Amino acid sequence: MKRRSLAAIAPYLWLLAFFLFPFLLVAKLSLSDQALAMPPYAPRLDLAAGVAGIASFLKALDLETYLRLASDRLYLVSYLSSLKFAAVGTVILLLIGYPMAYGMSRFPPAGRQALLMAVILPFWTSFLIRIYAWVAILKPQGLLNAALQGLGLPALSILNTETAVYLGLVYAYLPFMVLPLYAVLERQDPSLMEAAADLGASPLQAFWRVTFPISMPGVAAGALLCFIPMVGEFVIPDLLGGPGTLTLGRTLWTEFFANRDWPAASAVAIVMLVTLVAPLVFLQRRASTLAAAS
Amino acid sequence: MTSRQSLGAVRSSFAPWADPTATPLVRFEAVTKRFGAETAVKSVSLDIYEREFFALLGPSGCGKTTLMRMLAGFETPDEGRVTLEGQDLAGLPPHQRPLHMMFQSYALFPHLSVERNIAFGLQRQGLAKAEISDRVAEMLALVRLEGLARRKPDQLSGGQRQRVALARALAPRPKVLLLDEPLGALDRKLREETQFELMALQQRLGMTFLVVTHDQEEAMVMADRIAVMRAGEIVQTGPPPEVYEAPNCRYVADFIGEVNLFEGQVETADGRLVRLSSPVCPQGLEAAEDDPLPKSAAAWFAVRPEKMVLHPTPPPPGPNLMQGKVADIGYLGDWTTYVVEVAGGQTVRAARANAARVVENPVDWGDTVWLTFARDAAVVLSR
Ligand SMILES: Nc1ncnc2c1ncn2[C@@H]1O[C@H](COP(=O)(O)OP(=O)(O)OP(=O)(O)O)[C@@H](O)[C@H]1O
Ligand SMILES: [Mg+2]
Repeated sequence: MKRRSLAAIAPYLWLLAFFLFPFLLVAKLSLSDQALAMPPYAPRLDLAAGVAGIASFLKALDLETYLRLASDRLYLVSYLSSLKFAAVGTVILLLIGYPMAYGMSRFPPAGRQALLMAVILPFWTSFLIRIYAWVAILKPQGLLNAALQGLGLPALSILNTETAVYLGLVYAYLPFMVLPLYAVLERQDPSLMEAAADLGASPLQAFWRVTFPISMPGVAAGALLCFIPMVGEFVIPDLLGGPGTLTLGRTLWTEFFANRDWPAASAVAIVMLVTLVAPLVFLQRRASTLAAAS
Repeated sequence: MTSRQSLGAVRSSFAPWADPTATPLVRFEAVTKRFGAETAVKSVSLDIYEREFFALLGPSGCGKTTLMRMLAGFETPDEGRVTLEGQDLAGLPPHQRPLHMMFQSYALFPHLSVERNIAFGLQRQGLAKAEISDRVAEMLALVRLEGLARRKPDQLSGGQRQRVALARALAPRPKVLLLDEPLGALDRKLREETQFELMALQQRLGMTFLVVTHDQEEAMVMADRIAVMRAGEIVQTGPPPEVYEAPNCRYVADFIGEVNLFEGQVETADGRLVRLSSPVCPQGLEAAEDDPLPKSAAAWFAVRPEKMVLHPTPPPPGPNLMQGKVADIGYLGDWTTYVVEVAGGQTVRAARANAARVVENPVDWGDTVWLTFARDAAVVLSR
């Protein structure tokens, strides 16, 4: 009994320690003010002063930073631009990832393992190095243009454009889209396709009426798994998008490291979490419990 | 009751296989299918006629499903060909074949409700909405699932799923319906009712049924003809009474119903009567048989338990008489089966109808009894 209750609360302890506690820290930071100090914010909690210390600390917290976020268009623009990158990126990923996962799931079982390995293989090198590699490929005198020149074609300037950001996003997140899709497609009973064909459905009809609807949980999981981190993505827009690309991740970075405005950086993070990630996760959980119940 | 009788009248005059001018609807011509080294179907030739109710009977793994899948288009024959209305089906994809199959694994669409599963084939035919919902309702009533129309397959019991699969295959009213173990998961009463409803429906809609079953009683009740399969081959094809009363080998005799097999050596076979010498019968075994058999060849007499006559007191000596001890008694209500151990340790089954409530000559465990059978009750088998 005791063991079971421990096992039951273990995940909550984990969430408390590694999610809720940091979240509260960041939330508190976002309510503080910037200060020329080390660390660069005020107020500081003075536990030595006892209850009076805590009271004065709480009194000093305010929503000023959030008001600043609302009044400065920079934040809204980077928020919307991040949303756009993540949304378009997710759609492109679905369009590429679904056929890939479908093809893999219809492969003879022996070949499937090799294909799965090939999808996972990039994880064995550092993410940062892989994105830098794209810089080397896309830069004006890079591999791509060298190849185009060799073929007698005009050079392309892709680096530091939105195209480069999409390229990087799709490249980096493809495994996260392919794997959940592959998992649902591979599990699907092949006799369902036979039954659909038997009842007069052409292969295309069978796909749209049977395979695709049944794979929806995989589509949702893949989309969520890609969309959420892409909203906050920093490295890819920073390295491939150039200085003109505004995203939440870059704004956050600039506030934190360049402006040393920790409260503003925290507020950006909190806004993102509350308006986007939390509702999405909640919706997804509700959908899956509904699916399980029906 | 009336519909059943008229059904019988239609049935008894239905015998297109005996008509040399009739052309079969479905034709397997020397079809062979191999999976790797294993041959699942060996050179099977089979004709199925329009409006026929044809049953495939055989033990597990004998190739029944494979044979069906070749007709439905999910497997390609390695040799031979399959034709429908004289047209070779080779190369025609499954969705263009005008026949439907009920899968042994049901293969219900998990994301669709019962009614939308049943409507699937109707929608592919492009029927009007109103007609689709009428047909779905009709099918739901047929399989007694009216209350469960909106459930998903994983909310149904095994027998309910089987009925949905049956309704889904039936709904588009295909020319030929292939049913792979359609009633296996139903309880006895529901199964019997569904059997008669299937037969009535098949008559009413003029469909041709090819049914796979393990259950020989079911095959006997429903089918116009039965094909008995063994290890990828068809051993015998014929109407139920023929297969039951005139099996062509020991395998069929044993597979369809219960049978006593008496082995012996041919003493005489004059074209009217066959005489065997056998250890179980001191005075020999005799049966009416037109076909001559070579002298001293091994032969078997197959006698059904209900054709064995049990005598509590010794009858006058003669052929087909054996003496033994009652080893077991199975009381079935309408019938009682006696298991009698005769000379040589062979056990023989004899069934007696319980015509009166009180058995006049009670036979008990361990009693010595005598068994006989008439000359025309035995089937002579040479293999
Ligand atoms: N796809 C396949 N690959 C390899 N072997 C197969 C395949 N399908 C069937 N077989 C083999 O062919 C033989 C016949 O199989 P089939 O499914 O036709 O049997 P069945 O008569 O329908 O049996 P049951 O009554 O158990 O359903 C079996 O030995 C089976 O193992
Ligand atoms: Mg089978």
